[in-house]
Amino acid sequence: MNLQPNEVHRRGRVAAGIAAACVALLGAAFFRTQVLEHSRFALQSDDNRLNEVPLPAPRGMILDRNGEVIAENVPGYTVSMLGHRSDSLRAALQRLAAVVPLSDSQIATVVRRFRASPARPATIITDASFEQVSVLEEQRSRFPNLVIQAAPKRRYPDGRAVAALVGYTGEINEAELAREAYRDYKPGQQVGRAGLERQYERDLRGDEGSRFVEVDARGRVVRQAGARPDRAPVPGPDLHTTIDLDLQRFVASLFDSTMQGGAVALDPATGAVLALHSAPIYDPNAFIGGIARAEYEALRSDPRTPLYNKALQGAYPPASTFKLATAIIAMERGIVGLDDRMAQPCTGGYLFGSRYFRCWEKDGHGSLTLAQAIEKSCDVYFYQLGLRLGLDRFLTGGTELGFSQRTGIDLPDERQPGWPEATAYFNRLYGRGNWTNAVTLNLAIGQGENDQTVLSMARFYAAIATDGNAVRPHVVDRPVERTRLFDLTPEQLAGLREALHGVVSTRGTAGSAAIRGVEVAGKTGTGQNSHGKDHGWFVGFAPKDDPKIVVAVLVAFGEHGYVAARMATKIMERYLKTTVIAPTNTVGG
Amino acid sequence: MSRRTGSDLPLVLMALLLTGFGVATVYSAGQTDVPISAVQGAWVRQLQWLAVGLVAFVVTTRLSVRFLEWAALPAYLLAIALLVVTLVFGSGGGTAESMRGWITIGGQRLGQPSEMAKLAVALMLAKVLTAYRTTPRSLMELVKPAAVVFVPWALVMAQPDLGTGLAFIGLFFVMLFWVGVSGPLLLFAASPIISLVLASSTGLWAAWFVLLLVVVWWYKPYVVEGVALVLANVMMGVAAPILWDKLQPHQQDRLLVFLDPSRDPRGSAYQVLQSRIAIGSGGWTGKGFTAGTQKRLAFLPEQHTDFIWAVLGEELGFLGVTAALVLFLMFFLRVIRVATRASDSFASLVAMGLAGSWFVHVVVNVGMTINLMPITGIPLPFFSYGGSFLLACWIAMGMLYRISAEGRGLAGEFPIMST
Repeated sequence: MNLQPNEVHRRGRVAAGIAAACVALLGAAFFRTQVLEHSRFALQSDDNRLNEVPLPAPRGMILDRNGEVIAENVPGYTVSMLGHRSDSLRAALQRLAAVVPLSDSQIATVVRRFRASPARPATIITDASFEQVSVLEEQRSRFPNLVIQAAPKRRYPDGRAVAALVGYTGEINEAELAREAYRDYKPGQQVGRAGLERQYERDLRGDEGSRFVEVDARGRVVRQAGARPDRAPVPGPDLHTTIDLDLQRFVASLFDSTMQGGAVALDPATGAVLALHSAPIYDPNAFIGGIARAEYEALRSDPRTPLYNKALQGAYPPASTFKLATAIIAMERGIVGLDDRMAQPCTGGYLFGSRYFRCWEKDGHGSLTLAQAIEKSCDVYFYQLGLRLGLDRFLTGGTELGFSQRTGIDLPDERQPGWPEATAYFNRLYGRGNWTNAVTLNLAIGQGENDQTVLSMARFYAAIATDGNAVRPHVVDRPVERTRLFDLTPEQLAGLREALHGVVSTRGTAGSAAIRGVEVAGKTGTGQNSHGKDHGWFVGFAPKDDPKIVVAVLVAFGEHGYVAARMATKIMERYLKTTVIAPTNTVGG
Repeated sequence: MSRRTGSDLPLVLMALLLTGFGVATVYSAGQTDVPISAVQGAWVRQLQWLAVGLVAFVVTTRLSVRFLEWAALPAYLLAIALLVVTLVFGSGGGTAESMRGWITIGGQRLGQPSEMAKLAVALMLAKVLTAYRTTPRSLMELVKPAAVVFVPWALVMAQPDLGTGLAFIGLFFVMLFWVGVSGPLLLFAASPIISLVLASSTGLWAAWFVLLLVVVWWYKPYVVEGVALVLANVMMGVAAPILWDKLQPHQQDRLLVFLDPSRDPRGSAYQVLQSRIAIGSGGWTGKGFTAGTQKRLAFLPEQHTDFIWAVLGEELGFLGVTAALVLFLMFFLRVIRVATRASDSFASLVAMGLAGSWFVHVVVNVGMTINLMPITGIPLPFFSYGGSFLLACWIAMGMLYRISAEGRGLAGEFPIMST
């Protein structure tokens, strides 16, 4: 067979055309892949080779009103490991166990962390010591996937003295990560667990940065740095509080190691919290870098409940400190004046129906005016005042004074105080017809179905200290929020303050707490406690005519209010003598 | 009757350029952050093979076209014998461990006979086709040339080496086209294979079958042939699922991944996925010679053999890819020119056969790196690392050079052999 020249040339052109067309088609396909879809593939290529190592952001510092440090950051190290597959990670950890002590259960935890978030280095040691870091750095070449990261570590220079306020931080756990509120959190990050750290978590946490390491197809780190520019972390902004750190330390020092209770100091004009403490208290620094399980269990099971903030979360019968509420509700309704006397003088008790209600002074106080009854804290006077007021009006009045509402302080877990808003409460509690007007007598002297927090009593006395308006307490400066609690004339208010001043005088129940040079006004309380010794209260303010500070102190199982009174007046003295001269409005920002 | 009119320097120059480009890319493929023993120093071994190849090239240029025609039958028989030996005693090689494609003596791999078989088949088929008095016009006349290709094809497919099998098919159809077999007849010849492929979808296969009937009715082949053709297609449609079951799981996976690359990104689709990422991330100008991260960090599979094109695409970008494609195109056009100016039909057919087989290699290899083609484990001529293939390519170059030298110098002056 012969190929004809013309045919061959024709077919040659066809073949050349087909070849050119195929090559052009390939060229077009590569144009699409390499030019049009370049950005997508470039991204995938970077995803392949770059592993992100988080650079933790330093939390914002927490400062007192004078810029003194309540919470700060000190240099620390975390040790973590980048994984590829869980079995290779486990093998690497087992080799690492020869260098730093690692138990099998710790290895299992690290592998679990890796599985939960494979793209991030799994934390091995949250707070590595300098010695551990140096040993690991020496062995670095054996563990290419080891990530040793400088991580700012939280520190509270005053430790226990500020714990009730600031709380503490910890590594976010799996349960928290599953919650919607922590959607934008990642394993290994720190999160505020209590107090200000928790309340202002969003402000304090800052923005995590990252650096990039280059890994090969089997997940081994090939280059530690320089594969892509780092993204610097953004530190959280500083948190400026209204706390007076000197006063806070002083308050904490007043509670000795055997005492239980809480204390709050407020600026009555603004609601600024000057100090807040609860005893006994834990060391917040112990939580940093992870607290040992045994230590935490000991804190949790301690019957003196150190993890429980007794200034915010503890509710106690306010006892005689509540007599001011009874008086104000009655005065506001024109039922009684400061100079009015009750029908029966105090003979050490009051017979109501078939029950005999005692006065704490079993010898009796005789006939007293309201002002005198406040000074002496006469129970018999207030039994009668309560009955004259009537239960319905009394309950409504107490509700209007805010005794059934939280104060709204900017700290987590504030307890709602217990005050029956209507008689329906008693029907629910005891059953209709199964209770008598005797409840009125108990409520009138601050006992019975009434549980208040230290903070809620401080708020009430701040209203007496000013003009009948309550302020919302706050730790971080914010616009003053005042709510009208009661309407009394300035003369009535002045008379009440005078009577409260009488309490802390030779005439009153807390004469021993009087302090030379400070005109203190306040009220003691001894709350009956079915579980043991009585609780001692003192709530008051100073100076009496131009109050600068309101203090509420509760000493649980403290037998009588004068213990609390002595502590409270010392707090007032400390504040007035050292601070009040200095400008108080340095906070902000 | 050798009438030498000069040497085809452009042809050799282009092949040398392609080989140089290839060795450079093999060198780059060895530059990794992760030690891969098979790749390191591969470029040196490739250069050694090139030296052997160039010697073989020079020797082959000394063999006249007439000698090649004479040697076609012995070479073909030898190739078949070697393929049989390989199938019985052969061993897997490198990245294709499951295949029996290598002849090994004393643990030393000597080569892949299937590469040489391609040359022998080109020679043999050219010889068989040249013996026809006129262009084949019926399927019956195509039985003999088909048998020439089928025997080695079946042996290669049994290894199994799908890639080389494809090259045989490419070679077969290109050479039939070159002797002037009409379009419909080529379609008929190819129809059983098309039926086999389309049988995966009943609808597609049915459409194809209707089209085939229309062409049969229009072309009017012999009745026997028409019936046989229709029967063959029906049988293939039925046999496809059975053949599918007979495929190795990894071959099935590769075909499925070709249809849907997103399936199983860690398994079979991994190769093509990483290859596309490498090429796509290259952009216009690439990441720089030896600097491809997909390659350096071992994400890219088979980077010095089957996926060498991905290294080129990642490091030299679209411009590098275009340059290499244009070079290949110029080379093919040059080989077609050699074929059109060959001294006789045999020489012309050999040149076209070689071009056809290489063309299938290039299109399938380059296409598979961006998922235009299924992954068949087919090397890229002059580029991919591999001694036998480079040697075979340069022996073929020697034949082409000789054919070009014996061919007529000027167009229109078609010589020799009239009946």
